[in-house]
Amino acid sequence: MKFAVLVYEGPYNHEASDSAYNFVTAALEKGHECRGIFFYHDGVYNVTKLMEPPQDDRHIANRWSQLGSKGIDIVVCIAAAKRRGIVDSVLVDNVRISGLGQLTMMAIEADKMVVFGD
Amino acid sequence: MSDDIKKIMFTVRNAPHGTIYVYEGLEVKLIMAAYDADISVVFMDDGVFALRAGQDTKELGIKGFEATYGVMVDYEIEKVFVDRKSMEDRGMTEDDLLIIGEDEDTEEPIRPKVVDSEEIARMMAEQHNILPY
Repeated sequence: MKFAVLVYEGPYNHEASDSAYNFVTAALEKGHECRGIFFYHDGVYNVTKLMEPPQDDRHIANRWSQLGSKGIDIVVCIAAAKRRGIVDSVLVDNVRISGLGQLTMMAIEADKMVVFGD
Repeated sequence: MSDDIKKIMFTVRNAPHGTIYVYEGLEVKLIMAAYDADISVVFMDDGVFALRAGQDTKELGIKGFEATYGVMVDYEIEKVFVDRKSMEDRGMTEDDLLIIGEDEDTEEPIRPKVVDSEEIARMMAEQHNILPY
């Protein structure tokens, strides 16, 4: 199965981001393919390198970055990001900022798009 | 190729104002309509309020988007449905729904199509992807 993931919610405030990450890692372990991960709405806050969680907590942005280093296409919506003051220079490595066309391509090319958020 | 066309449905279940979900969802619809996919939109639950004609967001201090929903057909978003029960539960009738475009030939106004939950369930079962807003 080739799936894509859409994350609507910001990190820490909402379970959606953690659930999405757990879903992707579990699916990859099972041998599925991930066409990409797209951050929308407040989801764009998931991948800023400005976040500094306490050391004994998970580092959500770094976690996504590590997933990106494995070749998963991780995209932050430029329109949603600009609205919230997120720009290219504050993003962690291995993620990119792009348009809703990328979300469209993921939705078209994946067998299923799984959405995390309210 | 036509067999490969992906069927993508948007569901709008949130109230139009108070959160940004519906507004940013509208942006996705407009972009996605330009691609080669079979797009449909279903308004249900509090989402039906997004189709209510005569919205005025001035006092909320936010940008409204009724005008954009009013030209959905121009953006080639033609499959627009409303859940009958959600609409009736909220005291709305078909007359309360905004116009989403006009017929190119007859210039008749086009309104969203009111459908029953069973019809929505049937359409959902046919989709490749469903994006909730």
